[in-house]
Amino acid sequence: MRYFLCCIILVLCAAQLYAQQPTGVKAEDTPNDSGGSITVVWNRAELPDGTMYKIAVSESETGPFHPAASIDPSGNLQSSDPGTFGHGTETSQMHFAKIAEYDDPVDPSKKIAIENGKTYYVQVIAQLPYDEVFPSAIASTEAYENFFNTLKTNNFVLGTIFSLIILGGIFLAQKRELFIRRIAGLEALDEALGRATEMGKPVLFIHGLHPMGSVSTIAAINVLARVAQRTAEFNTELRVANQDPVVMAVSQEVVKESYLNAGRPDAYSENSVFMVATEQFSYAAALDGMMVRDRPATNIMMGYFYAESLLLAETGASTGAIQIAGTDSYTQLPFFITTCDYTLMGEELYAASAYLSREPKLLGSLKGQDIGKAVLLIVMILGTILTTILGNQTLTHIFTAY
Amino acid sequence: MSRDQIFFIVFFVVFVAINIYLFGSGSLSADWTGFGIFIAAGITLSLYSFLYKDNPLFKFAENLYVGVAAAYTLTQVWYTVLLADVVIPFSELDSESMSNLWLIVPSLLGLFMLTQLSSAKFSWLSRIAFAFVVGLGAGLAIPRTIAANVLAQLEPSMRPITATWEGLDLLIILVGVVTVLVYFFYSVEHTGPVGVASKIGIWFLMISFGASFGYTIMARLSLLIGRVGFLLEDWLVLPLPYF
Repeated sequence: MRYFLCCIILVLCAAQLYAQQPTGVKAEDTPNDSGGSITVVWNRAELPDGTMYKIAVSESETGPFHPAASIDPSGNLQSSDPGTFGHGTETSQMHFAKIAEYDDPVDPSKKIAIENGKTYYVQVIAQLPYDEVFPSAIASTEAYENFFNTLKTNNFVLGTIFSLIILGGIFLAQKRELFIRRIAGLEALDEALGRATEMGKPVLFIHGLHPMGSVSTIAAINVLARVAQRTAEFNTELRVANQDPVVMAVSQEVVKESYLNAGRPDAYSENSVFMVATEQFSYAAALDGMMVRDRPATNIMMGYFYAESLLLAETGASTGAIQIAGTDSYTQLPFFITTCDYTLMGEELYAASAYLSREPKLLGSLKGQDIGKAVLLIVMILGTILTTILGNQTLTHIFTAY
Repeated sequence: MSRDQIFFIVFFVVFVAINIYLFGSGSLSADWTGFGIFIAAGITLSLYSFLYKDNPLFKFAENLYVGVAAAYTLTQVWYTVLLADVVIPFSELDSESMSNLWLIVPSLLGLFMLTQLSSAKFSWLSRIAFAFVVGLGAGLAIPRTIAANVLAQLEPSMRPITATWEGLDLLIILVGVVTVLVYFFYSVEHTGPVGVASKIGIWFLMISFGASFGYTIMARLSLLIGRVGFLLEDWLVLPLPYF
């Protein structure tokens, strides 16, 4: 009988020990990164309050193991990182830790980084509040660079599909004429330039603060090309204010070409496209001064603006100039809407170049963008219906940005 | 003498008199800190004088601001870009490892930009640098734009709509997104159902712009308060009540 009781106690102790030892420990390279990191996963377990998981790393299977991370059992569940571990129900039952470095055994205040192509041995240790420790089995892996970031697959597929749709739109536009609805701000452009011609006053074109790589700046340059061609035809003075030297150089080229296209290369002056200032508020102060002193008849503000938008547009309005603004800066749109005669909101700025030039390539790309928007609308409505009625979140997960 | 000239002479005299008093009474310390406050107050008032009308004081402050900004940018570019990324790495060029040789490419592209200033014989070289900048910028912008403007907007819009206040919020967001998107359709005439949807979209836009306007004005007022606080507390050294 005594022997039997001892056996039961031993079995229970072993079972208790096993319950607190981290199980299912696996180590693998951290996916979708440039290397230098490994990921450890292990099963979730019910542990006493105050328990911590300690992750230890070694370059040898026999150790010594060096501290790498300390994980609270209430956190670091795979479900908190669906990009890496997916959306399955099992993700709420697994812990994970991404290890990029571990303590230097010589000087623990320093860290040793995980190297690519080197085998590392990892152990997860459950440290109970009364300093009892239960080490797991040892797992090993290597870190390496991933050529393709699979988290961006949806981004890549969407980009490819949209590009194909736009190419299709361009192909269609070359075959037949496409319709574009009226955009009031652009209809008014010729009227505004004509007014400046009648008054014999200059047209002031103001670029936003973003550099040349920004979509809004590229769109502004396209509008500038059209404005410059018109001012060349009308023989009206054009002044183009810049805050960025690269944008200025591109603007000079564009304006020069537009004057050439209009058959007035002699009317082009390099000084008409000039640098004002590189700092935001000195740019605004100098332009305010120009508006008040030179009193341009038309102010065109295109690109991405920040806090200087109201300073510019309000001063322009006070001089009685006709003002057309276009920006995709959401926070500055209200100021342009309240102080300018016409405002191109967001995407209208991008559509401006197609609208003004009626060039098949641009019209086709606009048509393609419309089809892309229609696709997104359908996806959004379908996704909401699926999640609401069927509780199926597949579409939501497909269109998640990581 | 015109009214404006008299106004500005009086303003100038009062400003000088106040500063003489402040320095004389010790309210402003006779060192670089005191001098800095005196200059900052003068330039602040000169810039605010634009609210009256364009005047020589504003012109002076404006030109000073532009000049200082240009000089500041030049020093910043020299120390953080040219010296740190070009001059020092080139001076430490290791002939054995050749690890810094890649620096030649961006340096050359930078030099190409300067050919804009030269005659037409060489200025075409600048187009290579510009093409690189524009191409790289567009290439980097496309995936970022898809992630931020498409995916990050789609995912929160596709949530289950329930008969709760949260569900109503989601429904309003969905209707707003759909109708605003309809407004930005260019290849269909905005008449009939499309016209109605785009009108609702414009309402959504205007309501959000109104909210954004109010929020931004609040932020600008806090800037004004900061500036007025500087004039009253730091310059005039007036004891102000704190609320």
